[in-house]
Amino acid sequence: MSKLTVKTEGDTHVVVTRRFAAPPEAVYRAHTDPKLLQKWLLGPEGWSMPVCISEAKPGGKIRYEWTNRKGGGFHLTGEYVELEPYSRIVHVERMFLPDRTPDNHVETRFDADGTGTLMTVRMTLSDAKTRAAMLSTGMEKGMEASYVRLEGML
Amino acid sequence: MNLDMTFAALADPTRRAILARLAKGEATVMELAAPFKMTQPAISQHLKALEDAGLVVSRVDGTRRPRRLAKAGIEAMDQWLEMLRKALEKNYNRLDKVLANMEAPTTRTGEKR
Repeated sequence: MSKLTVKTEGDTHVVVTRRFAAPPEAVYRAHTDPKLLQKWLLGPEGWSMPVCISEAKPGGKIRYEWTNRKGGGFHLTGEYVELEPYSRIVHVERMFLPDRTPDNHVETRFDADGTGTLMTVRMTLSDAKTRAAMLSTGMEKGMEASYVRLEGML
Repeated sequence: MNLDMTFAALADPTRRAILARLAKGEATVMELAAPFKMTQPAISQHLKALEDAGLVVSRVDGTRRPRRLAKAGIEAMDQWLEMLRKALEKNYNRLDKVLANMEAPTTRTGEKR
């Protein structure tokens, strides 16, 4: 069963959907409470988020710092734009890898789905090239594993 | 097909971005150079690496030589979307566990009526 979908839409959007067994309030809290974010927003195995600032109010600051404890690290900054507990979050974010990436405008919706939640994350980048760059950057970390699979494919 | 050449071709972010652009449809060197803010010779060099690796092919159309993704290039792009999907899935599987361990919400507003 695949609960996750990742799709590009038009030239500048990426839309991610995922179902969760918990109600919208819990999923919303897990996306705004720093103590909860630090438990899951970690990316590949071996990474942690020692710094997590999430001021969940309009204009509130976002700052996530990740490390692999082997000298590798990067961070993200952002601002909350709109919050509608427990159904919708609008924020802007950008990564520092270490160069600053273009702003990503993100709308996250939490819709009740039976006793669970359907979450829809809609990202908007400034143009097609920026989206292509973001997608290829997001894939960078898994590149090594991708090569292994590619090897089997060719 | 030389595997080392494929890996080398994919290791460069500009070449990955070119592949992503070609995933939307064929384009000439000039069309590729504009959005990437690169000179045509620089783009041509990247395209040669991608062609040598078998990821991109060209055709002749009068004086134009539009490039498009080869089958291996399309598969490589699919692999990348799959990688992103896998990275997100890892996060969300962790979130499933976090949610399971959270205290039951005090209100029932989140539940479907």
